[in-house]
Amino acid sequence: MSDDRPAPVLRAEGLVKTHHGEGAPAHAVRGVDLSVRPGEFVAITGPSGAGKSTLLHLLGGLQRPDAGRIWLDGESTDTYSEARWAVKRRKRIGIVFQFFNLVSNLSVADNVELPALLAGTSPKRARAEREQLLAELGLTGKERSMPGELSGGEQQRVALARALVNHPPLLLADEPAGSLDSKGTREVMRLLTRFHQRGQTILLVTHDARLASAADRVISFFDGRIADDAELDGGTPPRRAGISGVLELRD
Amino acid sequence: MRLPLLALLARGPAHGYELKQDLEQLLGSAYPQPNVGQIYVTLGRLEKSGLIEGEDVAQSSRPNKKVYHLTDAGREALRAWFEEPEDEPRVRDEFFMKLALAPQSGLADQISLINQQRRQYLNTMRQLSKLAAAEDRDNRIAHLLIEGAMLHLQADLDWLERCQEELEELE
Repeated sequence: MSDDRPAPVLRAEGLVKTHHGEGAPAHAVRGVDLSVRPGEFVAITGPSGAGKSTLLHLLGGLQRPDAGRIWLDGESTDTYSEARWAVKRRKRIGIVFQFFNLVSNLSVADNVELPALLAGTSPKRARAEREQLLAELGLTGKERSMPGELSGGEQQRVALARALVNHPPLLLADEPAGSLDSKGTREVMRLLTRFHQRGQTILLVTHDARLASAADRVISFFDGRIADDAELDGGTPPRRAGISGVLELRD
Repeated sequence: MRLPLLALLARGPAHGYELKQDLEQLLGSAYPQPNVGQIYVTLGRLEKSGLIEGEDVAQSSRPNKKVYHLTDAGREALRAWFEEPEDEPRVRDEFFMKLALAPQSGLADQISLINQQRRQYLNTMRQLSKLAAAEDRDNRIAHLLIEGAMLHLQADLDWLERCQEELEELE
């Protein structure tokens, strides 16, 4: 039987990762199989300490698994060196983190342009990309600001611009609203949804169910394992139950 | 819906259809469209209990319409409404009873129940997100209503997570 569907952007099989620190070893990831198809928006949700951030780090090559295999665009990463992973993260995988991780002594413009320049984009082109992304993220006029002068929500938008400047096929987001207030969370949600609607593949790790509900597939992660993997239909709300019941004023 | 209607009438006299439109405008698409029949029934009851009074107004090409205004008793009832804090929202007791009784019934698995309930909440959450995206950005009241519903659901989901953590340890 032939499968005409495009190769998964990301596939993992039997991933295991144990942290050996002080005290008992922590089994962060205990046998995870996962596949993300092009254009999918997948959220991994679960309590803190469930191992979901470790899983994301394994998938982005930031940490190496003790066991298991990862494929990017159908290509095995088994033999990847650190340098090879770094190149992948520059060109094929964009990552945003909870605490933005912007370079504090570079301006907003330089933070966004830097990964493009490192990937070999011409300065002129990098600048054009940066201008377009910042405009899209409502940050025009902030180019010369330093990260420390921006609000948390603005810094996360800069981080998003930086992650997307090389048009990576895959965006990984690790608690992107974790240090933002409710309003900032809504903003991040709106932006992720917008990029997803344009075809961006997104894998998001969050403990925030509101953020997770922006995805079309939600994986519940508990104690290093996938407990549930659900496609959200997001269809029209049923007339009486569900959403209208949630919002209804009582008689 | 009795007291919201009284509250709308505190501003000045209005007829049933106006009240329906006022509610819709205030709460936006977030609020399930109030049924005009239900509004008329409620207005009838409020009039019977002396909280409002209706007055027939003749219209040239249509049947008379009834314009209601608040009575002193109505204004007093409204004041009392504003003065009282509201009860806490109910915990989902039906689901809780399922969860508590599943093991001894031998008919359902607690973790499956939690997963099923989580899917339900997540789907509702997604619908609320879509509603928020579709709602007029300037309608703050409507957005606050949706955000409130989402935060309540978030709390329900957090609680499901706690149930799962506790119950998986027992397995």
